[in-house]
Amino acid sequence: MNNNTNKKNNNTNKNKIKRETKLQELKRRLFANKSATLGLAVLVLFVICAIFAPLLAPNDPLKVDLSNSLKPGFWSDEGVEGMPLGTDYHGRCILSRILYGTRISLSVGLIAVGIALLFGIPIGVAAGYYGGWVDSVLMRIADIMFAFPALLLAIVIVACIGYGLDKTMIALGIVYTPQMARIIRSSVLYIKGMEYIEAEHAIGSSNSRIILHHVLPNSVAPIIVYSTLTLATAILDCAALGFLGLGAQPPSPEWGAILSNSRHFIVCKAWWAATFPGLAILFSVLGLNLLGDGLRDILDPRLKT
Amino acid sequence: MKWYVVKRLLMIIPVLLGVSVIAFALIHTAPGDPARVMAGEHASQQVIDAITEKYGLDKPLYVQYGIWLKSAIHGDLGKSIISNEKVSTEIFDRFPATIELTIFAMLFAIVVGILAGVISASKQYSAADYASMTVALFGVSMPVFWLGIILVMIFGVWLGWLPIGGRIDTAFVVGDFRRITGFMIMDSAIQINSGAMIDSIKHLILPAIALGTIPMAMIARITRSSMLEILRQDFIRTERAKGLSERVVIYKHALKNAMIPIITVIGLNFGLLLAGAILTETVFSWPGVGRYVVKAVLQRDYPAVQGCLLVFAFVFVVVNLATDLIYAYIDPRIHYE
Repeated sequence: MNNNTNKKNNNTNKNKIKRETKLQELKRRLFANKSATLGLAVLVLFVICAIFAPLLAPNDPLKVDLSNSLKPGFWSDEGVEGMPLGTDYHGRCILSRILYGTRISLSVGLIAVGIALLFGIPIGVAAGYYGGWVDSVLMRIADIMFAFPALLLAIVIVACIGYGLDKTMIALGIVYTPQMARIIRSSVLYIKGMEYIEAEHAIGSSNSRIILHHVLPNSVAPIIVYSTLTLATAILDCAALGFLGLGAQPPSPEWGAILSNSRHFIVCKAWWAATFPGLAILFSVLGLNLLGDGLRDILDPRLKT
Repeated sequence: MKWYVVKRLLMIIPVLLGVSVIAFALIHTAPGDPARVMAGEHASQQVIDAITEKYGLDKPLYVQYGIWLKSAIHGDLGKSIISNEKVSTEIFDRFPATIELTIFAMLFAIVVGILAGVISASKQYSAADYASMTVALFGVSMPVFWLGIILVMIFGVWLGWLPIGGRIDTAFVVGDFRRITGFMIMDSAIQINSGAMIDSIKHLILPAIALGTIPMAMIARITRSSMLEILRQDFIRTERAKGLSERVVIYKHALKNAMIPIITVIGLNFGLLLAGAILTETVFSWPGVGRYVVKAVLQRDYPAVQGCLLVFAFVFVVVNLATDLIYAYIDPRIHYE
């Protein structure tokens, strides 16, 4: 019902006022969705933190000062001037480390999703569009990769290629590829069955033309939705690998790595060192999930489960 | 249905073979001579020669794979480089700890998740609905390891109510408490040792909550949406019109019909729990397979990593298969090609 009235509104809007472009329509519907707007706001906030980290951070995130080890922040009298969220065991400013960590998490996430798209789109399109043995072979390989819990697969890839941030990006990118390929495949399968594709075939369009001009542009919606949700997962998994000591290596201010170092000091009541980096992870993932769910409702109601 | 079961059983064979190829490839992608990788850095030439002989490492790759697969099927996963123990024994010893943890985490997730979902759906747009859906929203975005740390901090360090790690107090281990099944609670029940039982339950609470929170949130969300759909249907209106009490309508008739998507989500989450166990076990020093695999990767103990990979993938595939079969059983409308 709701959908119908929405559609009616759209039509009347289109007739009365000037036609809005796709992007304008997306913007209008996104801002009409409260939780998606909130998610977008959180994401923008984190992107600002990442870009302007050197300007926003009060201190050098790597500067060690053992005389300031595990000092509390603004809430306590024992705090150090200029370290609002306190210090870690090495006396480094936690706020500055979290701000610089935003850069790491977002870039690892974006590159991992980028790798997944780079391989997932051609694989998904090939499997969905051509079908037959191409589809069977590619999807059986995906099945094998699905036989491992995602984090375990990432851990094992890291065990093969070595630790570090760059390796984390590659490992996560590989892990997300089959999922991405599946989403794109199902979207391609749906579009392939549409009548206008049949019409394209009838007028003699080549396969590459149909794929580039019709199939891919119409698959953009699920790709955007799924990339947003995968970015959230990537931030979580990057932090998990860092926490296990298999991702970012010290003294990198990666959120998971900060947690893995700080968790030993909660027994000394230094709660701040372990609390704030976790909140950063939680809120960035929450924001992306809200945005992803909102985009799914707006762009691709078919994906809604 | 019978054919569907047979077909699904046959389908896991190629998947498991693929898994074994990946596990086999692991040793060969590691830098250096595979025999040296399997024997460890400080092994003598004699040991290396013995391993080369045993696994046919001087033969072509497909022959090596055949030899390796044959011994793996017979339960021989090689020896750990670090402890020189059989990998199969090491995994087998730690397995009950992981299973015990995942079962309790899942119980927590199912009970709390379904309850929260049902309350949300039956009182849509109430304060209780908003509260439980906010908790669920935070739950799905939660870094498991961080939640574990926070729980330890609050209930272990500040309040001192619950232990902060391990499975049981060492006082019980040095006493006459014996390991029988490896499941602490079962072992203490068999030996009628109530002290050990209470202590092991206490040790389980925090890790189970940490591990169970994400599935709990997912179950709560799916229960709510599935219940809302059912509650709008005609037969529910009929039952209310007949004068059945709200409790009977919701818990007996609506929930039963809303179960299919809930069961799917539960099945999917069992696999996620295995991955989550890797993190939770690290936070709580839980002596399970998850912590073992992390240690093995950090120490470059390749045979151990290989063994864990096979075991995890096997459990994961079997759980997924079980979910599919249960799904087909409870919903006969679903026909598979």
